[in-house]
Amino acid sequence: MYEILRTSIISVIVKLVLLELTREEESALKGEQGEIMQMAYRILVATGEATEAEKLIPIDWAHLSGVNYNTIGDAGEEFLSSISKNTRVKVKTTLNPMGFDIDNVSNYNLDNNFISKQLSIKNSYETMGVTPSFSCIPYEIFDIPKKGTQVAFAESNAAIHANSYDNLKTNKESAFSALASAITGKSPYSSLRKEDSPNLTIRMKVKNPNELTYGMLGFFAGKVGDTSVNISGLGEMDKRQCKAMCGGMGTSGTCAKFLFGDGNSDCEKIDFDEKEMQNVHDELNTAEKGDLITLGSPQLGLEEISDLVGKLKGRSFKKRCMVFCPRTVKEQARKIGYTNELERAGCEILSDCCTCLTPLISKDDVDAVTTNSIKGAFYLKNSNGVNVNLKSLSQIVEDETR
Amino acid sequence: MKILVQGKTEGIILKSQNPINFLGTVDKKTGIISDKNHELFDKSIKNSILVFPSGVGSSVGAYTIYSIKSNNTAPLAMICHKADLTVATGCALANIPLVIVDNEKFTSLKTGQKISIDTKSPNPIILL
Repeated sequence: MYEILRTSIISVIVKLVLLELTREEESALKGEQGEIMQMAYRILVATGEATEAEKLIPIDWAHLSGVNYNTIGDAGEEFLSSISKNTRVKVKTTLNPMGFDIDNVSNYNLDNNFISKQLSIKNSYETMGVTPSFSCIPYEIFDIPKKGTQVAFAESNAAIHANSYDNLKTNKESAFSALASAITGKSPYSSLRKEDSPNLTIRMKVKNPNELTYGMLGFFAGKVGDTSVNISGLGEMDKRQCKAMCGGMGTSGTCAKFLFGDGNSDCEKIDFDEKEMQNVHDELNTAEKGDLITLGSPQLGLEEISDLVGKLKGRSFKKRCMVFCPRTVKEQARKIGYTNELERAGCEILSDCCTCLTPLISKDDVDAVTTNSIKGAFYLKNSNGVNVNLKSLSQIVEDETR
Repeated sequence: MKILVQGKTEGIILKSQNPINFLGTVDKKTGIISDKNHELFDKSIKNSILVFPSGVGSSVGAYTIYSIKSNNTAPLAMICHKADLTVATGCALANIPLVIVDNEKFTSLKTGQKISIDTKSPNPIILL
């Protein structure tokens, strides 16, 4: 009798908790390895239970979001300052952009409170042993580990790029699950880390696509896709176009992987045609022209900077043009002489920050922004509250320079 | 039923049929819902057992949950119908018990009821 009762109680408990932890993980969750480890494991367990993972697995690299004071605010700043006192990351950990470029922050009307809080956040991450990369394109500025390596990327475009193009495996992590992974070196074994079984194939039907088209395709895919999608009908794509597609997808939904091909015959098929493209365009394009131009969301890599320099030969912008890239790229570009060329053409070059969620563009000063980024457009519109004029890079160069 | 964050507490239910966007909807100092369009407008979630369908909006909302806990204005526990990562990681960060329940259980929970929560018990939610 007691035996039966005990078995039934145990079976109820098993049903409540799917995730199985090792003895060491259990001990951390109980607080036997300190409060911060306990908190980190609570985050991993909550995330794992919510995404139906059955265990935690080791990861080799974490990429953190939650860096920009504009997004994490005082609560985030205080939290990071408090945990950084006695926490160090366990694996290679890199960092998303922050709110400004310290080299030229005085040119933008940011108040001192913003600057000091942002520097405190920067300092907290550095204290924890995080590489201060301030970049949303870790896949372009760091060496890619070997095929199939498990990582934990919180930046959505980077997670999608890692899964789709770099043969890495990551969940679409939140700022907190990625931070917990950095501290513990582990992550829940959720569906994106296992077999791919998309139930949907998107057929690309738009002719002569440019990076804006691919951004809109990604945005559409993120809306209709669940965890991963097949995508067919793509031709050769350059880096700018691949990044645009990943950025678009990360903005609109929870989907975090493209598989290239038709998929199984039982997959549902959806066309991305001129009509669907127009719908996305109408949702995000709210102005005929912009007061300033932004390039880089995701940030530009060296290849895109070099291409931009080529396009701007003998031309200059008629209005302000902000160009966002990682610091390492800005330094390389300076050595090659690209930054001189871009500044001559009227560009403001900013490292460590990004179009996306920038505090450097305020609706008090600007009505509308021209950009070729779908991701940038979404956040400029919804977070900065400015109108957006969408144009491809070649169109921007044609219309906005002389 | 699914346990996302473990814990033990008892208190009075405050229920909302609307999802909650913690970033920008909750006053961090007082725990009062400040969104005029929200069903719980002007009500304080402090020390309640907050029952709502799910969290929505930016994942940064998790830091808001951490803030209200630091300011002693957080709920004692949360019960949702759907798991979302903002509330899950927010409650984990702040150590607030979080339970996900099915539709039937969700419907049966009403504002004003006194309940106890013990996630280690075979019957984690008990009406008092």
